[in-house]
Order: sequence, then C-alpha cells, then structure tokens
Amino acid sequence: MKSLAELKAIKEKAQAELAARENNVDGTRVLVGMATCGIAAGARPILTKFVGEISRRGIANVKVTQTGCIGICQYEPVVEVILPGQEKVTYVKMTEDKVDRIITEHIVNGKVVDEYTIGNCKL
Amino acid sequence: MRELSLNVLDIVQNSITANANLIEIELIEDINNDILKINIFDNGKGMTEEQIKSVTDPFYTTRTTRKIGLGIPLFKMAAEMSGGTFIIESTVGVGTKIYTSYIHSSIDRMPVGNINETVSMLIRMNPDIDFIYTHAFNEKSYSLDTRELREQLDEVPLDTPDVIDWINEYLTENDSMITV
Repeated sequence: MKSLAELKAIKEKAQAELAARENNVDGTRVLVGMATCGIAAGARPILTKFVGEISRRGIANVKVTQTGCIGICQYEPVVEVILPGQEKVTYVKMTEDKVDRIITEHIVNGKVVDEYTIGNCKL
Repeated sequence: MRELSLNVLDIVQNSITANANLIEIELIEDINNDILKINIFDNGKGMTEEQIKSVTDPFYTTRTTRKIGLGIPLFKMAAEMSGGTFIIESTVGVGTKIYTSYIHSSIDRMPVGNINETVSMLIRMNPDIDFIYTHAFNEKSYSLDTRELREQLDEVPLDTPDVIDWINEYLTENDSMITV
C-alpha cells in the first residue's frame, strides 16, 4: 500500500537533483495545446506520452508545458517545439506515434520532422 | 469529448484561469442507485449572476482570442443527455461550484475514461495549485490531497517525476481497493 511516508524518501532523492535542475535555464520547450479544442482532439495522451518518453529516455533540459488555444483548432492536437535559439516549430494533427519521431529526430538530434509540420499538412 | 474525464480536464482550466489555488474534484459512482456524479469546486475569483447565466451559452467566453467557448456547454450537454443534471453556483471572491449527475447505466452516458490521467496531469502541469481528488464507489471512497503531500515534501515540487509516479500508483492502488 502506498503511504505518505514514502514521500520522505522521494524528497531526499529529489533535493539532491533539484540543485542541478535549477541551473538549466535555456532548455528545449514543448508546448501542447490544451484548450477545449485540443483536449477534444486528443491532446491529453500526447502530453502524457511526451512527459513519459522524455523522462524514460532521461533527456535533460526539456520542459513540457501546456498552452491554450492558438486559433488553429482544425489542426489539433497541436504541439510547438522550441529549441534554444531557434524558431518555433508547429506540429499538427499529432498522434502518439509522431511523438516518438519528434523526440528522436527533433528534440534529441535537432532535425525538424518536416512532414508533421503545419506547412506540410493538408486537411 | 469522448470521456467525461476530458471534460473535467477542460473545466478545471477555467478554475485555473480564475486564479484558484485549491481545486476539488469529486467522482462519485453510486452504482446501487444507478447514479454517477462529478463535482468540481474551486476557490477562484467567482462569477457574477450575469456571468453564471451566460456560461452555458456557447457564444459566451471570457477569452479574447475568439468569441466561442464550448467547455461548459459540452459538460452540461454530457450530463443532460444521460438524463442527469448540471448545476453551477458561484460567488464573486469566494469561488465556483459545478455539480453534474448522470444516470450511470444510460446508453447516452459518456464513459468516465482515464480520470487518473486527468488528475495526475493537472497536478503535474500546475504544481503550485492544491488539488483534492475524491473517488467514491458505492460506500467506499478515498482521497488524494496535495496539501498532505506538500507537508511531506517540503520544498520539493509536486511535478517532480518521482512524485508524479507515486501519485499515479496511489490512484491505481486505491481504485482497485474501492472497486472490489
């Protein structure tokens, strides 16, 4: 059975890692559209997958956050990826399979997955 | 929305926008009486009488980017089409309460879906807000109160991956205890 006491151990482990994390200011940002339109189109599992995969692969310095409606509801689920010092890239009609490629090719290796971007999407 | 838990995720965004720092989510499955209830309470800035009347209108929104807001109309529709009810109460400066009920066995009732993913995601994405999640199944129930977690964690934030893992396991484990 889970007990609150287990959190004490988690706290001690986290405190050690916390100091390192705070120094990372200029990281990659992943923004998932989570307004009514995004959620209805399936953004929740996309966000869960990003967070899960990034933590599972131990990729440091990536922050996954949610954002509101950016006005292109017909393209939801929409994910924006911003590498430090680079232009924002907008991925549309996201699926869980697309998440894997975006993490490997774009977030880890810095190469935009062109075919998933808004410029290459025909509705 | 294909799952009620997605409506919850969406509606709680309203509480967050209203600057709530304590949000309660109740999922009550009263199978014996064939009733499902989902309630959301917040201590955000609240709404005026006029706003309360307008929020169920799809052509009302506080957002400025677009003139349509579907969050509450969709939630209301989900409840009412199952033969249930939708009630919203609000007081300026105190907060807002939403009560929804559903006929549990109705063919038109959406599945609850992955409510644990909704709860865990809300905590992870809003580590400075406190959440109380209660899940009742007939006479059994359990709660997760992030204020109790904070007491144990001191300054360690709730969005720490190990804490989120703990929360996910806590929810799964307690669900299996109450639904037997």
